[in-house]
Amino acid sequence: MIREVEILVAGGGPAGLCAAAAAASLGAKVLLCERSDVPGGQLVKQTHKFFGSEKQYAGDRGIHIGRTLADAAVNHPNIEILTDAAVLGIYEDGVVTVLYKNQHLKIRPKRTIVATGAAEKFLAFPNNDLPGIYGAGAVQTLMNVHGVKPAERVLMVGAGNIGLIVSYQLLQAGVEVAGVIEAAPRIGGYLVHASKLRRAGVPIRTGYTIKEAYGNGKLEGAVICRLDENWKPVPGTEEDIRCDTICLAVGLTPLAELCWQAGCQMAFIRELSGHVPVVDGNLETSIPGLYAAGDISGIEEASAAMVEGRLAGYAAAGSLGYEPQKAGELRQGAAEELAELRSGPAGARIMAGLEKAAALLAARKGGAGPC
Amino acid sequence: MLIQDGIPTREDIQSVTPPAHRLAQGAVAIAECFQKIPCNPCAKACVKKAIRVEPDINATPKVDFDICNGCGACVARCPGLAIFVVDMTYSGGEALVKLPFEFLPVPQEGQLACGLSRSGEELGWFPVVKAVSGGKRNMTCTISLAVPKELAMEVRNIKVGGYRDGR
Repeated sequence: MIREVEILVAGGGPAGLCAAAAAASLGAKVLLCERSDVPGGQLVKQTHKFFGSEKQYAGDRGIHIGRTLADAAVNHPNIEILTDAAVLGIYEDGVVTVLYKNQHLKIRPKRTIVATGAAEKFLAFPNNDLPGIYGAGAVQTLMNVHGVKPAERVLMVGAGNIGLIVSYQLLQAGVEVAGVIEAAPRIGGYLVHASKLRRAGVPIRTGYTIKEAYGNGKLEGAVICRLDENWKPVPGTEEDIRCDTICLAVGLTPLAELCWQAGCQMAFIRELSGHVPVVDGNLETSIPGLYAAGDISGIEEASAAMVEGRLAGYAAAGSLGYEPQKAGELRQGAAEELAELRSGPAGARIMAGLEKAAALLAARKGGAGPC
Repeated sequence: MLIQDGIPTREDIQSVTPPAHRLAQGAVAIAECFQKIPCNPCAKACVKKAIRVEPDINATPKVDFDICNGCGACVARCPGLAIFVVDMTYSGGEALVKLPFEFLPVPQEGQLACGLSRSGEELGWFPVVKAVSGGKRNMTCTISLAVPKELAMEVRNIKVGGYRDGR
């Protein structure tokens, strides 16, 4: 049996929860499918305070924001949430399939908002398969969701926000952080995160990479070395760092498989961190009625993901005839909020990526579709 | 350099330090926030509206030292833990430094804690004058530490645990 729904949201992270709440607030009926057993996405392990403005809950901790968003969605009469529900595919006849508690569901939504987020990248180096080498996000989950002390002494690879934040949270959990190394010549994450780590005694070394890991059956240490201005290892700069865990925080890549399968126009845009669906001002992809919001269309902060979710939710509900004028105004407000968040130097990269995407969109609308 | 190792330079610090005559008048907030990122809870935290993030949310905060009375409400509210309060009038030889702290255990009032510099170096053992909880939602503690005046612009953290009793 195929179940008919008005709006299906794939993913219950910050973008998906905000999309559902926004659409429901205008009167649309929403079904949200979340792969995990609890809604909240990565917010459930973000114990640090968020940046941004009041509208994005700035100053609140991610865990509390996640709970606020999830409670609002759970308690809204227009929103139904399925947890343990992984969206498997979006087919050309509009049917979406979901694996829900070992059942195969078929759903025909009028609108679909894909908010599947992103996955951690890995790094190639000798012995990177030794037990004890993790993605930083996995260690953050072990520690902050499951209450497991993940290590005694960690080497963090990558000084973006995830590397810096997880290092700080490792210290809070009583784990020693041997250091943070970063191949780029500059710290990529927010400098306030770097400074609070540094004044807790953790060295941050830019222009360093991991040469190899070593250990007998499990990780015992790593050899790091300096990189020159051409990113080539400088011989003679090797150093031995003893550690039982290496965390890789070398970036995220959008989880865009559903958009690939649905046949959306896709583009590789470096500034958006990989292959992303090309979306318009309503975050609608090249498939009418199919929207993409959050990290799936470009890696950014969770604050931006929340606003993107709202924007897509308003647009989708408005297109179904739910208070179209109000929906348009709210959509416009969300667009302005995003523009403000991205207006500074920290948003320059994402803005450059969005400009490339806009050019591709213009080419498509002009009839010269590269797809 | 800050962008390479996370340690603000002398020049960075000087650019946000209140003038000597203002420091001599008593408690004042110092926002050691040097990067333009979209963030403004400090401005919302200040009831006296002494902190401004203008013209837009990406600007770095500016503290109006004439309005700020050093109450410290911003210290625990800054998501980046980048705001400190310094009171050079605390006692004859000591200044009071209020700093944000997010580790357990929290030192108790009257204990001595090991003060750390911006690069994590140990600067000595100093009395904890106050340790204020941030509450259930905020959760960031504000620690008030009495330090020798010459270290007022150096001590920016305390070492976790190993707190000693007495002066």
